Amino acid sequence: MSRLLSRVGAAALGSLMGASLLATPVMAQQTVTVGAIEILSGPSAAYGTAIKGGLELAMDEINAAGGVLGGKKLALIVEDSAGNKDQAVNAARKLVGRDKVPVVIGPTLSNEMFAVGPVTNDRKVVTIGTSTTAKGITELGPYIFRTALPESDVVPVTLKTAKEKFGVKTIAMMYANDDAFSKSGFDSMKAAAEQLGLTIATIETFGSKDADFSAQLTKIKGLNVDAITISALVEPISGVVLQARQLGIPASVRFIGGNGANSPKLGEIAGAAADGLLVGSPWFIAKKGETNEKFVSTYKQRYGKDPDQFAAQAYDTMYIVAKAIDTAGAADSEKIREALYKTDFNGVMGPFTFTEGRDPASNEGVVVLSMKNGRFEILE
Amino acid sequence: MLSQQLVNGLVLGSTYALFALGFTLIFGVLRVINLTYGFYFSIGAFVALTVAREFGATIWVALPVGALSAGVVAVVADWILLTRLRRAKAGELASLMVTLGAVLALYSLMAVFIGTDIQRFPFGFVDNTAIEFGGIRISLVQMLIVGTTFVLVAVLFLLLQRTKLGLMIRALAENEDAARLMGINVGLTVAAVSFLSGTLGGAAGVLIGLNFNAIQPFMGEHMMLRGFAVIIIGGLGDIRGALIAGVLLGVLEVLTAGYISSNAKEAVAFTILVLTLWFRPVGLFGRAQAKRA
Repeated sequence: MSRLLSRVGAAALGSLMGASLLATPVMAQQTVTVGAIEILSGPSAAYGTAIKGGLELAMDEINAAGGVLGGKKLALIVEDSAGNKDQAVNAARKLVGRDKVPVVIGPTLSNEMFAVGPVTNDRKVVTIGTSTTAKGITELGPYIFRTALPESDVVPVTLKTAKEKFGVKTIAMMYANDDAFSKSGFDSMKAAAEQLGLTIATIETFGSKDADFSAQLTKIKGLNVDAITISALVEPISGVVLQARQLGIPASVRFIGGNGANSPKLGEIAGAAADGLLVGSPWFIAKKGETNEKFVSTYKQRYGKDPDQFAAQAYDTMYIVAKAIDTAGAADSEKIREALYKTDFNGVMGPFTFTEGRDPASNEGVVVLSMKNGRFEILE
Repeated sequence: MLSQQLVNGLVLGSTYALFALGFTLIFGVLRVINLTYGFYFSIGAFVALTVAREFGATIWVALPVGALSAGVVAVVADWILLTRLRRAKAGELASLMVTLGAVLALYSLMAVFIGTDIQRFPFGFVDNTAIEFGGIRISLVQMLIVGTTFVLVAVLFLLLQRTKLGLMIRALAENEDAARLMGINVGLTVAAVSFLSGTLGGAAGVLIGLNFNAIQPFMGEHMMLRGFAVIIIGGLGDIRGALIAGVLLGVLEVLTAGYISSNAKEAVAFTILVLTLWFRPVGLFGRAQAKRA
């Protein structure tokens, strides 16, 4: 609370000073408008809606506490990309050309960012992805930032925890070999496992739509490993976990999941068979700390449902943007870009700074979750 | 480990054979590549899931209800989609295209109403404990699948060879016009074959959905590829061939994944399929040719 109070206090003081120094009503009513491109319609609308919710919640809090640049209100224009690259690019052109926003937040998906990034970077407009975890996003150009922790930063934390806490030394690795997301997650896992000096007993693959994994699991059972890592979407992971227990792989052999396992669906399908599965998450609803608890309760109050990871990342991003605007001293993209490098923020995701490559610098905020009775809990 | 892998292969192979039984029946008798068959598989599983979830039905109620509903759906679908084509004596390609379009529409409709999320039977619907003997583990559902497959093959075989309906079906398979001239009610026999194969597809959907705990509208689509391989390797319309080809395929896939590489598993079915078409186009047991003559 103290952190929040000091933030509120500083902003309030700022606005007071602003009000006294520039006591003209015209100035007080000026706004700083930020753009966002998110998926608000179509099958993936849930992601964009959560992000929009997080952004707007943070924006209203910032405005209630006095806004930015000494009393100016923050405003947000959210454009719908519908998950479509071309529509995302059109939205970016509109935000940059017509609305002349200094900062674009989003777009939602990595492959949308690969289309939008070159456009906004060309126009020298700061663009910040809050949910784009693919490799190579920030390499699109010097104006492209992201606050989403890539999977390659999350997985090492999970594996390290498994090694230190449960003495995992030998692992079997499994992944879906017909899906880019699963394969890239596996690559990150393998690199992390090698770095930690874990012995990889075998690497087994399967198809995303497979329902039978008995051959691979029987082989793994015979190898007596300490844990099994798995990178796939949640549906095949559920199937693998169920069959592993059915084939008699004991519960002491834990599964260690990639990002795909970080879904409540896992418990719904696999039930108790998934107990003990470990997964790393940049954020978790039950994460301790007053900043997070307040975020969760106000989000719930306002939208009538629990926030997810995407809302949390967006919420922090809005604060990071507001702080950068203040540090820059003007709603100017070039100055905001320089200010972002100086970001030193502590939000619901944990401590946050940017690397020279404009990626999140720290994975300190990552929490390792363990499945228990079909639900995720923070691993104590 | 080898014995467990063989059991795994037997179970997997039985699911392939179970799925393929109804498919090969339609193909062998009606001379129709009926792609809506995959939908019967999905709808059977969904009806069983619904009665289990909403009315707390046990497996012994949910299984027949799911299977018979799929049978009814099959009769209706066949009647709507293929009656005109049959009357016009359209070629096999026409029925392939019509049923391809229909099945995609049906899957999508189902996805609209039910969603594409994976669903499962309620926990504890069937005792999921595995039985262990001599280091081999097999669950009750898996034994049910293997048992049902073998029993259904025997029942179907007897039905076709020993009953009047079987005689009518075989006559229809030989030559539709001749069958009609012999006084066989072709429309009724076609409906009976559709009903039988739909019921078989639905039963397969329930049991396989139960074993893998993964029920979603497109579950039948994925099985269709394997189903095709099985009925071609086993010989079109050959019930025993489907059983043997299914089990053979399952065992080979499991052994490939277990001892060579799981990456190669997918290739097994289609390699055998191509080899069969090259060297024994009538299927492993050569019965298809006899029927076609």
